[in-house]
Amino acid sequence: MTRWFVPADAAACSVGADEVASALVAEGHRVVRTGSRGLLWLEPLVECEPAPGEPRIGWGNVTAELVTQGLTPDLPGYLGAIEELQALRQQERWVFERVGVIDPLDPADFIGHGGTAGLRAALAASPQEVVQQIIDSGLRGRGGAGFPAGVKWRTVLQARPARRQGEPAHAPVHKYVCVNADEGDSGTFADRMLIEGDPFTLLEGMAIAAHAVGADLGIVYLRSEYPRAISVLERAIDIARDRGWLGRGILGSALDFDVEVRVGAGSYVCGEETAMLESIEGRRGMVRAKPPLPAVAGLFGTPTVINNVLTMASVPSILARGAEQYAGLGRGRSQGTCVFQLAGNVARGGIYEMPFGISAAELVHELGGGTRSGRPVRAVQVGGPLGAYLRADRLDVAMSYEDLAAAGAMLGHGGVVVFDDTVDMAEQARFAMEFCAEESCGKCTPCRIGAVRGVEVIDRIRAGVRPQENTELLRDLCEVMADGSLCAMGGLTPMPVLSALDGFAEDFADTTRGA
Amino acid sequence: MRPMATTLAKQVRPWSPEAGRTSIADIVGTPGPVLRCLQRIQQDFGYVPADAVPLIADACNVSRAEVHGVLTFYSDLRTTPPPAVPVRLCGAEACQATGARQLRAAWLDACQQDPALAEATGVNQSVACLGNCALGPAAMVDGHLIGRATVQRILQMVADLGAAKVLQR
Repeated sequence: MTRWFVPADAAACSVGADEVASALVAEGHRVVRTGSRGLLWLEPLVECEPAPGEPRIGWGNVTAELVTQGLTPDLPGYLGAIEELQALRQQERWVFERVGVIDPLDPADFIGHGGTAGLRAALAASPQEVVQQIIDSGLRGRGGAGFPAGVKWRTVLQARPARRQGEPAHAPVHKYVCVNADEGDSGTFADRMLIEGDPFTLLEGMAIAAHAVGADLGIVYLRSEYPRAISVLERAIDIARDRGWLGRGILGSALDFDVEVRVGAGSYVCGEETAMLESIEGRRGMVRAKPPLPAVAGLFGTPTVINNVLTMASVPSILARGAEQYAGLGRGRSQGTCVFQLAGNVARGGIYEMPFGISAAELVHELGGGTRSGRPVRAVQVGGPLGAYLRADRLDVAMSYEDLAAAGAMLGHGGVVVFDDTVDMAEQARFAMEFCAEESCGKCTPCRIGAVRGVEVIDRIRAGVRPQENTELLRDLCEVMADGSLCAMGGLTPMPVLSALDGFAEDFADTTRGA
Repeated sequence: MRPMATTLAKQVRPWSPEAGRTSIADIVGTPGPVLRCLQRIQQDFGYVPADAVPLIADACNVSRAEVHGVLTFYSDLRTTPPPAVPVRLCGAEACQATGARQLRAAWLDACQQDPALAEATGVNQSVACLGNCALGPAAMVDGHLIGRATVQRILQMVADLGAAKVLQR
């Protein structure tokens, strides 16, 4: 029987996927709601499997009216066989392998596409062996810091489980696995799409982590701005418990592990791991000083693994396909694949999971097709609101942790935001400071006060008030923030500011003349 | 534009301390309950009424200052009833690159010209990022995400949801 596939992903639905699905159902078709393939400029993207096992064919930018008129191969949006699309063929999908392909909440579909293979492999091995495989894979934290995941896991494995702070002496001891899904960086949406499109993979990764470090409790800290993802993940947890993928004796092993969702409350800084722990503990999201590392004394004082969604979701495929194969991808010490997210003013925005090492220029121009507006690219911000603005003529940098750092930039969570030549870079620098002032937790002075002063100084430069003197002051302030802040919020805010100042000095001068 | 429903209350329960205590009963005994209590109160009653603060403090055995501190830290939490169909415009970099500033100006203009619209939508509750960065500018109307947003599309969604709320009553 012919089956039709329509994404239920929030981005796809934001441009009409729900209406398209309803129209297909009204026409009497059998419709499966999937995640999104990540080819977001084509959404709503509708796929059709003419008969079981046949390749799926697709149409891009479908509307309910088009469905009513009938989707035929002579329509302008016809794409042919989806898997043959250049945009997918050039990718190397490990994390996003099943996203857009399967029904996210159908456990049979998940297993049919290789789900639980990683967990089964992990449970057949000792915790030490699993940790070693993650170390061997070279997997590093995809949240932004890039710390080797296996080394973190080993620290937690070696730590003794502890009672939760404030609990009586006879209370049970725990270790936690926490997933940071507080994806606040502008230009990033891969955590959301993974959770909406293949939530079982995240839960599988968490169960593997629990086995590897000896944890019994798991928490996903998911931002409130993602209502669809919250609902999908909560349903996925219920289904996983029913299937024995969570709970007591997972897959017939001795592993007891359960997961719950904690919803954020609109604070960017809670994406910082220690602020996230405070928030899960029910307090203000104030950053903690380190040490102690969360791996030693984390959530409620117990040893805690904290990984980003993409890090954790990389784990099952590494266990299933082999650490060596994963480690063979990439560039230098940036091993494996990175889920790049092309966003902003870009013609073909979406998910591009590729090995590290592709250049920013290839990403933006060849894969992304340049700007959506058709105007020249002027700046590209890599790594979220705390990442550097790269000039259009400096995009030859390879996308890896080391190459970007050498270029004075950072990879962050893999977001790449494109701006055309209408952007005012002084305004963007001001916004970076403004954002920091708004979102600072307030614990350390350089961040709390520095960001406010930063906005004021930039305003003075733009107004032409002693521009040279104030530019010097801004650089001095940035140095204090970078060197004196407790966490990346204040510590990295100077990166977009200084990269704008250094790379686009004319914008600061222009506003001076304009005023 | 279609006539707007402006005085619609959210589909939430009326507040009373008793109802509040019932609402948070299953959370109080769990580790680190304060933020979740506040979120639950807001979910059930639409906002966090002033007398929910001492109630939560008492139930969780923490000071009122502690609860007040949490309440005022998180931008999601509100101490007044929400608008009927809250509107949030994404103001972050990826959406700035696709005209978020212009959209915001046009939306503020529309709200200024139509006080009923301003009241029904609360004009704009700022948000850092809605995670729709490849299809910007993004907006969210009462939890419904809009990609490649225009004032027209936001108005349409507000009208659709406003009408749905009338039918619910």
